[in-house]
Amino acid sequence: MAAQRKLLFLLRHSPYASSLARSAVDSCLAAAAFEQEVSVLFMGEGVLQLLPGQDGDAIGTRTLSKIIASFELYDINQIYADARALSAHGLNAGLLPPGIEVVSDQGIRSCLAEADHVLGF
Amino acid sequence: MIYSLVVLAGPATDVPRRALRFAQALLSRGHSLRRVFFLDDGVQCGLATAVPAQDELNQLDEWRKLTHKTQTELVVCISSALRRGVLDGPEAERHERLATTLDAAFSIGGLGLLVEAATDSERLITFGGRR
Repeated sequence: MAAQRKLLFLLRHSPYASSLARSAVDSCLAAAAFEQEVSVLFMGEGVLQLLPGQDGDAIGTRTLSKIIASFELYDINQIYADARALSAHGLNAGLLPPGIEVVSDQGIRSCLAEADHVLGF
Repeated sequence: MIYSLVVLAGPATDVPRRALRFAQALLSRGHSLRRVFFLDDGVQCGLATAVPAQDELNQLDEWRKLTHKTQTELVVCISSALRRGVLDGPEAERHERLATTLDAAFSIGGLGLLVEAATDSERLITFGGRR
């Protein structure tokens, strides 16, 4: 593979309504496994992927938050959540797993500006 | 400029048609298209067994023409494809399924080919994400 790129993944899908959330998370892991510089931004309904107490077993699927918890093992350390989306969904930043930075609109603009490619899920 | 595209939704939506139009537009302006990576429901674009309505655009034909003309690689994500019954010959055999369902213009590959599309292209455009 040619060069290392800064890839920003926008995760905007609720965790279990469709398979897109999982496809996006798998893509993040693949990019990290192929040694790209990965950053992840949870926006819109995507912030629901960060809710604690998820149980995928109950609906016969993998628990998405557990896969997201493995990001750190893949050296994915730039993980952001949109402050506006958290507040729109009534989520307190204190509920989020560790290592997630809450960002304002200005922070989102910086994420977008720094990326070589944006993969918008 | 070298482009690659990511398609996340199937032919029952307007998403692949927009991706096709975008591909045709960039080619007509002298850019090149390295790869189209189909992920999630997007893999259904490669179904050889779909029968489109006669008065609608035959998207499969359009993808075939595109790759024939430009050698653009059309790759469906293997894990998305298997779940949706989109199988090439070897996968149909490996999983003991009745038929090959992936059109010959497409190939099956892993997410590494999505990552490679990102590293090897100057522009990577995603179709079918949240709007």
